[in-house]
Amino acid sequence: MNTEYIGIIFMYVATVALAIPLGKYIAKVFKGEKTWLDFMAPLERLIFKFSGIDPNREMNWKQHLKALLTVNVLWLFYAFFCLLSQGHLPLNPDHNPNQTPDLAFNTALSFLTNTNLQDYSGESGATYYTQLFVFMFLHFVSAATGFAAMMVIFKAMKDKVTDKLGNFWDYLVKIITRLLLPLSFVVAVILAFNGTPTSFKGKDTVIGLQGDTVHISRGPAAAMIAIKQTGTNGGGWFGVNSAHPFENPNYLTNMVEDISIIIIPISLIFALGFYLNKKKLAWVIFGVMTTGFLLMVFPSVIAEVNGNPAIAHLGVSQPTGSMEGKEVRFGPAASAYWGITTTVTSNGSVNSMHDSMMPVSGLAQMFDMMINSFYGGVGVGFMNFYIFIIIAVFISGLMVGRTPEFMGRKIEAREMKIASLIALLHPFIILVGTSLASYVLMHFPNADWGTKPSAWLNNPGNHGFSEMLYQYASSAANNGSGYAGLTANNIFWNVSTGLVIFVGRFFPIIGPVAIAGILANKKFTPESAGTLKTDTTTFGIMIFAVIVIVAALSFFPALTLGPIAEHFSLK
Amino acid sequence: MKTYLLPSIKITIILLVILSGLYPLAIAGIGKFTPGHGDGETVSYKGRVVGYANIGQKFTKDEYFWSRPSAANYQADAGVGSNKGPTNADYLNKDVKGRIDTFLKHNPGVTKDQIPAELVTASGSGLDPDLSPAGAKIQTARIAKIRGITQQQVLALVDAQTEKPLLGLFGPPKVNVLKLNVALDELKK
Repeated sequence: MNTEYIGIIFMYVATVALAIPLGKYIAKVFKGEKTWLDFMAPLERLIFKFSGIDPNREMNWKQHLKALLTVNVLWLFYAFFCLLSQGHLPLNPDHNPNQTPDLAFNTALSFLTNTNLQDYSGESGATYYTQLFVFMFLHFVSAATGFAAMMVIFKAMKDKVTDKLGNFWDYLVKIITRLLLPLSFVVAVILAFNGTPTSFKGKDTVIGLQGDTVHISRGPAAAMIAIKQTGTNGGGWFGVNSAHPFENPNYLTNMVEDISIIIIPISLIFALGFYLNKKKLAWVIFGVMTTGFLLMVFPSVIAEVNGNPAIAHLGVSQPTGSMEGKEVRFGPAASAYWGITTTVTSNGSVNSMHDSMMPVSGLAQMFDMMINSFYGGVGVGFMNFYIFIIIAVFISGLMVGRTPEFMGRKIEAREMKIASLIALLHPFIILVGTSLASYVLMHFPNADWGTKPSAWLNNPGNHGFSEMLYQYASSAANNGSGYAGLTANNIFWNVSTGLVIFVGRFFPIIGPVAIAGILANKKFTPESAGTLKTDTTTFGIMIFAVIVIVAALSFFPALTLGPIAEHFSLK
Repeated sequence: MKTYLLPSIKITIILLVILSGLYPLAIAGIGKFTPGHGDGETVSYKGRVVGYANIGQKFTKDEYFWSRPSAANYQADAGVGSNKGPTNADYLNKDVKGRIDTFLKHNPGVTKDQIPAELVTASGSGLDPDLSPAGAKIQTARIAKIRGITQQQVLALVDAQTEKPLLGLFGPPKVNVLKLNVALDELKK
């Protein structure tokens, strides 16, 4: 079999094989059992002591949210002001300028929320200070924030728990010291030994073999790229992200980075099983997510490997598939596989330009972000899925005439209202954003906003519409990848996607935590013959159906105007 | 508010020190022991640094193996892809078609269907350092003729510079264009 296919199959199998023990390990850490990384405990004690935090103080769900939101608002202001003044801050060997207010607004929100939509290019739009002390810092803590919120739900799902849902700071710090930091360290070392720069030197100037002068951007990139992947962040050091030959030098680093993208989201499913001692439920969730994932991988890989019919029409051969926007060292299969892993997980790093991919791939990538819970981002992926579980439980309950119950607690009107609002919020902000942009584009093409709306798009027709739809889907899903042809660094896009990013992050955190908190306070009834079983294949199919129906009904019309129409116009 | 704000500020400070200060410094320290000492690995010719092994370079002269088209013109402080969509008529009929015509003009004897698409499509980074072996081999006749050497010599060079898939199992084979062209210049002497 061809080495490109073997490459991606190996990547997936290796990911799952590593994710199961990793999930067990995560469950152990948060059950307070002994693990081999216990030597990090003194560091944790130092952090808590310095911060004046008692990590053993139990919080209820409201206190968790207060802590989460307070610290996030603080990080937002910190990031915003650093970006506005980065030109004057230290560690700026290339003398890059400050970000404009609208760009800083978008960038700060984007990194705070684990989105990492980048309307700037790292080479010219950021400094080593902002890369390390803003972006990389937020890479760690935004992933940890999502994880901490998810842990509240895990804890709330335990039997007979009520108000004692653990300590927010404890979750936040431990996921960093016990998982994100050690894992990133390993990945960063692998990257460094394969050619990713690690030093603090600025640009180099070289006269090439043919006599051209080139300037080569560098910097301490390896450390950041590692956490960008493991934390499902995606915001890279260089503008073209993991397509850049320093950011992702060869096929080995590509495998390591791509495995890093989905390993934590997958391991968290197993962590749930080990933590609650409900392994069957974990396998049901894993089955649903994997089915969705594979349904996206196959068509995209096939489309890219087969190449672009329009290019074939021009008479050249495509032995290595569709190559526009792709790198030779990865090839079409690994590029398509990456495109799916990065969009199912809200990572958003890219190793090829999605804007140039086949419409089928674009459809799959956008659909991934519209569903946003086939694996999903660190912590938040499970939380989105949790909403779908609640809805599926409720609908199944109605169908079979039983009281809808999940984990021994009754699901009633209040929880369902929250769940429905959160499930509908996602399509709402994507579609309203896209229609607003389309409206402005059609009716005010020459508005004088720095970039005229008529100059936004890099491609005509359906593909141009896809550029806008993708941008809002990516923002709402906190993904951060883009159809990079879109001219997004201007006030309209910076502000509108900034707002979508914000709404798309915090409400889907608040909602599920609230539901879990409310449920935990209800009377616990042990499973009986009358309980609707949630750890069965039937229920898995039910969740899958709910997801597909909600997402398909909401997004099908928009997708028809974009990638679906483009696919059928491709000859 | 005070219950949460004060710990928030303090934990931010200490996490900044650990995550943004110590962690990248540790990686930078380890980076000193890597082949490029953390600065990126360079390639030299006649004692002069002519580029970075990982960063593609523009090669448009007929006596060198051409690198792939680049939307960034191989400016390695502003890498970018073309982001042209697969159905974009301007892109297909001007960009790609223009590159096909140029390639045919400079490589007499090559027919259209022998040109691999990578030679007429722009890479994702605009800095792609590689070609597929087929993308290099299709250029050997031109190079052999201009340099006055046999095509076998050039083909042998391509074979010698071809990097096989990882462990012979994973990913596509490739040729680093800069290294290949340096080897080509070294052949002359």
